[in-house]
Amino acid sequence: MEPFKQVEGRAYPFGRKNVDTDVIIPAEYLKTISREGLFEGAFKVVRAEEGNVFDDPEYAGAPILIAGDNFGCGSSREHAAWALNDMGIRVVVAPSFSDIFSSNAFKNGILAVELSQAAINRLMEVATTDPITVDLENQVVTTPFQDRFEFPIDAFRKSCLVAGLDEIGLTLESGEAIASYEQQVSAARPWLIKETA
Amino acid sequence: MNQPRTLYEKIWDSHVVKRRDDGTCIVFIDRHLVHEVTSPQAFEGLRAAGRPVRRPDLTLAVADHNLPTTARRDAGGNRVPIADSMSAKQLEALEANAPAFGIRYIDDAAPEQGIVHVVGPEQGFTLPGCTLVCGDSHTAAHGALGALAFGIGTSEVEHVLATQTLLLKQSKSMEVRVEGTLGFGVSPKDLVLAIVAKLGASGGTGYVVEYTGSTIRDMSIEGRLTISNMSIEAGARAGLIAPDEKTYAYLKGRPYAPTGADWDAALAWWQSLPSDQGARYDKRVALDATDIAPNVTWGTSPEDVVPITGNVPDPDSFADESKRAAAAKSLDYMGLTPGQRMQDIPVDNIFIGSCTNSRIEDLRAAAAVAKGRKIAGGIKQALVVPGSGLVKRQAEEEGLDRIFIEAGFEWREPGCSMCLGMNPDKVPPGQRCASTSNRNFVGRQGPGARTHLLSPAMAAAAAITGKLADIREMMG
Repeated sequence: MEPFKQVEGRAYPFGRKNVDTDVIIPAEYLKTISREGLFEGAFKVVRAEEGNVFDDPEYAGAPILIAGDNFGCGSSREHAAWALNDMGIRVVVAPSFSDIFSSNAFKNGILAVELSQAAINRLMEVATTDPITVDLENQVVTTPFQDRFEFPIDAFRKSCLVAGLDEIGLTLESGEAIASYEQQVSAARPWLIKETA
Repeated sequence: MNQPRTLYEKIWDSHVVKRRDDGTCIVFIDRHLVHEVTSPQAFEGLRAAGRPVRRPDLTLAVADHNLPTTARRDAGGNRVPIADSMSAKQLEALEANAPAFGIRYIDDAAPEQGIVHVVGPEQGFTLPGCTLVCGDSHTAAHGALGALAFGIGTSEVEHVLATQTLLLKQSKSMEVRVEGTLGFGVSPKDLVLAIVAKLGASGGTGYVVEYTGSTIRDMSIEGRLTISNMSIEAGARAGLIAPDEKTYAYLKGRPYAPTGADWDAALAWWQSLPSDQGARYDKRVALDATDIAPNVTWGTSPEDVVPITGNVPDPDSFADESKRAAAAKSLDYMGLTPGQRMQDIPVDNIFIGSCTNSRIEDLRAAAAVAKGRKIAGGIKQALVVPGSGLVKRQAEEEGLDRIFIEAGFEWREPGCSMCLGMNPDKVPPGQRCASTSNRNFVGRQGPGARTHLLSPAMAAAAAITGKLADIREMMG
């Protein structure tokens, strides 16, 4: 995964709340066996609306998306994160995210930034005319107008993003601990992880 | 003295392999269900990195999302080709990946085939106290048996396949306590819609919910599966229910459930799992079951719930500004006007099925309404899709298929079907569907489809009357 440090650029002032992953990528696009090529289906129902931000040339190629509360709710489809990736989005800023989406985003090198609704409102305003900067190292979102919004992020996720780590590789380094856990459970609760085949 | 712990804490504590300084834990996964939509990229990742599946014996694969619900084999026993080449390709990928990685696969025409969340409990693959994951958000359903079960993305599917663990942080805990008896015609689906409405679509985000109280204790395992299933519609990744005598009776003798001395040992452990007296939850919510009416949704979020006796709300009635805007947008999409009586809303399609409501008790409830009646003339499509081949067989033994067919419903093969329309079962654009599924999102049942979520009995009532109807009036 590509290391994540800082992203500066225009932001889609989307702002909608409860954006579910069916809206981000409809089910008809889940039939792929690849992680790429989901651009076409991304936000399809929104893009059918006249004057939508995603087809506005003003924001073409914007790396940041500003959304409302509960972004990415619903289905666990990682295709939602892949679709954002395909659109070139590196950061989603919202007051809250669904648990599964934020995990999927993070595993694809997309930063989910949680800010207050007041901060979101301000960024929505700035986004219509100017770029926004998201600095992961210092955990802060800034604008050319001296706005400065600090955001929290899980320390482990931050370290993985900054280093561009492969999580599976990281866990496999603990292979011995996993093996000894398996032995321990095999003794204590053999029925639980006994070969069920 | 040990501090009192919740069911969630007990399962969590017994599955932590290793805790990092930052609080992230390596958590062991006991059971992994794999289906065709969210797994191809995970298997591809394993291949690219040359990694095997660590515990194929703890993994079970079955296709459900893409499968047509029409006959899968012809008279000669040959596969009926799947017309959609993309769907066919996903099925083929799973059929190739499972044996290549040593994973058991339930064939698409096997009687055990079905929706992954119906299959797990039915096969006894899901057990109390186990950690269970699947690349599907409705994995929360398995919490009904006291399993810590939650949906994961494809990267996590790959992580579990490679390591049999996940990297997780412990969630906050929430108790949702429901006391009292559900009224006549009021089902677990009505209760869970009420719960989602009360918590809101994001009220459970960051939490693992535990459902407690007399209403839950008195409920059948299948009813509990409906409740836990929709935890994710309130944002909660998992929804647990403490195992009890009903759980054990349900599991005993199922194919993958422990037997003999293993069963006795398992039972002893399971009985130690329920939350201790005085255990602390981060949040507590209470509902009175006697207040709940048969519910229906009016909008495009599962939190948009009203009693069937109610009216379409006025967007201006919402205090929150963003909710006002969302409600106006929803009504526009749904083709509804504020103040309209819910019982005046005509429907075009009926869907009885999905991992929420496709088990035998659901089909019995719907059949009780359909029995001796005919579906209304205006209904364009009325599907009954059993959750598994075993549910289908049982229903046929009970004659439920005849009841549905005589009433004018179509009796189909098991799968996810019209819940999300990845197979040919879709609601056409602009048409309205009374659906026992779990999501009324924009375009969920097909582009432009308008969904009203409700219980199986209410869906059958809508089929008979041709509009949303109060089951209590019909059956009273």
